[in-house]
Formats: sequence, C-alpha cells, structure tokens
Amino acid sequence: MISNSYFLNVVRFVLLVLVQVLVFNRLNFFGFINPMVYVLFLYWYPIKENRAAFIGLSFLLGISIDFFSDTMAIHTASTITIAYMRPAIMRFVFGVNFEFQSFKLSNSTRIQQIAFLTLLIIVHHLVFFTLEIFSLANFLLILKKVLANGVATLILCLLFGSLFSMRKE
Amino acid sequence: MQQIISFIIRYKNFLLYIFLMIISLGFTIQSHSYHQSRFFNSSNWITGNILEASNNVTSYFGLDEENQKLVEENQRLRALLFNEAAIDTARLDSVRQTYTVNTGKVIKNSFSRPLNYITIDKGQKDNVRPDMGVITSKGILGIVENTSNNYATVQSILNEKSNINAKIKGTDHFGSLVWDTKRYNVVQLIDIPRLVTLTVGDTIVTGGMSSIFPEGIPVGTIQKFDLNTSQSFYTIDVELFNDMTNIKNIYIVSNEYREEIINLENKTNEDDQ
Repeated sequence: MISNSYFLNVVRFVLLVLVQVLVFNRLNFFGFINPMVYVLFLYWYPIKENRAAFIGLSFLLGISIDFFSDTMAIHTASTITIAYMRPAIMRFVFGVNFEFQSFKLSNSTRIQQIAFLTLLIIVHHLVFFTLEIFSLANFLLILKKVLANGVATLILCLLFGSLFSMRKE
Repeated sequence: MQQIISFIIRYKNFLLYIFLMIISLGFTIQSHSYHQSRFFNSSNWITGNILEASNNVTSYFGLDEENQKLVEENQRLRALLFNEAAIDTARLDSVRQTYTVNTGKVIKNSFSRPLNYITIDKGQKDNVRPDMGVITSKGILGIVENTSNNYATVQSILNEKSNINAKIKGTDHFGSLVWDTKRYNVVQLIDIPRLVTLTVGDTIVTGGMSSIFPEGIPVGTIQKFDLNTSQSFYTIDVELFNDMTNIKNIYIVSNEYREEIINLENKTNEDDQ
C-alpha cells in the first residue's frame, strides 16, 4: 500500500509538472491568465505524511517548474509557503477533525474541499504575483492578477479534481 | 545545549521552511537586481530537450502560416536583389561592421510576465554567445542572455530589464527602447528630445550605437507620444511589427567586431579616469 502511494505521488508530480509547463504556461488567456494547476499536488498529497519531506517535495516541485518557465525562483517560494501553511489552513477549514487518524479528504463535504483548495490558491497566487511584480506600488495590478488567475486556477483544479477523483480507499 | 537541540527539533519544519524560502528569495532578488540567474533558465539540457520535443509536435500546427511568412520574406529579399538601387539597408556596408546571420527556431515563448525570456534551439555548438541580437523577418526580438551546448535563452524586448538603442527612421535622433509591462504589442521609446517633430505612424528602427543589432532593423510604428514628467523628453508608445505571441523562425545576428568595439570603449573609459 505504501509503495503504491509513493508511486502515485511520483506519477502525479511528473504529470503535473509536464502539464503545467507544456500546456498551462502557454495558455495566455486574455493575454495574462496562466492557471497554475500544479497546486493540486499539494491539495492531493496525503495528510499524515512527514511534514519536512512534504516541504522538501514542494521545493522540488516549484524549482522544476521554475526551470522550465524562466521565472527565477518565484514558483518555488510560493509553493513552499503553501506547503508550510497547509496544516494551518486545514485546521481552519476542517476544524480539529483533521487531526484524527481516520480523517480523509474524500470524507469531508464538497464545500470544505473547495474552501481548502481556494485558500491554497489564494495564498499561493498572492506570494507568486507579489514576487513577480516586485513592487507594492502596483498593489492593484497584483490584486487583479491574483483574482483573475486564481479563478482560472480554481476552475481548472476543480475540473481536474473531479476528472481524477481519488478512489475511496 | 539540550534546550537548543530540542528547540531545533520542535521547530524543524519552520526552520526548514525559512531556509528554503531564503534560498528562493535569494535567487529571485539576485536576478531582479543583476542578471538572470545562471541556474534558473530553460536553456539547460533537460528542460531544453523536453521543450524541444513538445515543440516538434506543436510546430506542425502553424506550418502553413510560417511558410507563408518565409515566402513573403523571400519575396521581399528577391525584390531588393533585383532593384539594387532601392536598397535602404545598404548603409550596413558603409559603417564597416560585418554581421553574420544564423537561423534558429523558438522552442519556448513567453509574453505575459514582467520578465519574459524566449528559448531557442541554437547554442554554443552553433556559435551562439551571450549578447548576440535576435530578430525575425519582421523586426527585432531580443538579445541572447544565457547559452548551453544546444540551446540559448533570449531576453525578449518584452522584459523590464531590456534596454535597446533605437531611433526614428530617416533621422539620427536616438533613444532607448524599454517596456512598461502593460501590453505585449506595445513598447516604449524614451529619451527622444522635445525638439524632434514626431508623427503618429512614423517607423522606429534600431540605432547603430549598440554593436548588437545592425542599424535599421525595423521595430514598430509610433502609436502615441507624450512628454515625460520633466517636459523635456518624449515617451513614445511603439506598436511592434512583430506579433510577439506568434514567433517561430528567427535569425541570430552577431557583430564580428563587437569585441573590438567594446575593448576600445573600455580602454577609452579607463584613460579618462
């Protein structure tokens, strides 16, 4: 079972990086909307795993996407931020529930799942575009980009989520 | 001592996070203030190969359009050849700079970020070096920034850090071409003095000051112009000839005498001090 989950995560990692850099980085919808679907990796990652390993993996994920998209290390910075904040966000969304052994993402309500995903995306995009634009003078531009890209990412993540929904194990 | 260790163990995730964050912020800030990082660019072996493989598939979709563009360019060059008197790029020879031209293909394009880089399928093996100019059949594209064996990344003119010498065609009033990150089909020409008379629709071409591009490569046309805040220079919006969202075949231009020019200029500057 354990090797199965490792395998699943590795496949997910590779596929999400490829889909992100080969398809979604080139979308340029309306000239500036490029959804970042690789956030799904952090949404799907098992909850009960070692946290340090999780942050390390997110670092790898971010850096591989940065390599492809010539964006210095801003994907990395925003990805490790949500990796670090994930437990806090989960506690906020699911209450103390999620600390029980039996907790599974697929057992929570639809609203909770969406709220969890939305918070991940918002934090990620805020860090990402703040670093990308790199000046607080353009705060409105940052907000505009966060909102537009966030909505696009959320919609695509939900579609992907229902397409490859986790089997109830 | 034990307290320190237990502190580290207790906050190990936080410390790991801070450590990784400092690394990534370091890379980001360093490349904002100086040059694109040596490590974080898509010209390395793995990313170059994957991007090229994907490009091999997708390039078929635009084949018709690309062929059309090349045919049009051939037609224009033929016309120049047959009517030698009509050449307006003949000045190239008279400025004693020889340029060699190399062809290449774009394998990764980007235009929606503040710092855009393009990856091309020619590298050190094909004698591509940093600071060579990259143009298309319609106009300028950017300057080579990093190279690996088989690939190179190009700093697009759609890049906050880009700064290219350009002038108004037919005059010798020159300024710098920069980008305000707003629209991908418009760049700005700054530092043109107030006394110059401008008309909307005038053509902007590269100037001969940079030793990267030959003089007279088309850039775009004037879309709108305003005086800047000090009221002494114009800020001109230039609409590009190139459709930056749709680029395939490119030419890499290198100046054989660039090194000589730079050495001479450096020597002059040293003598002044």
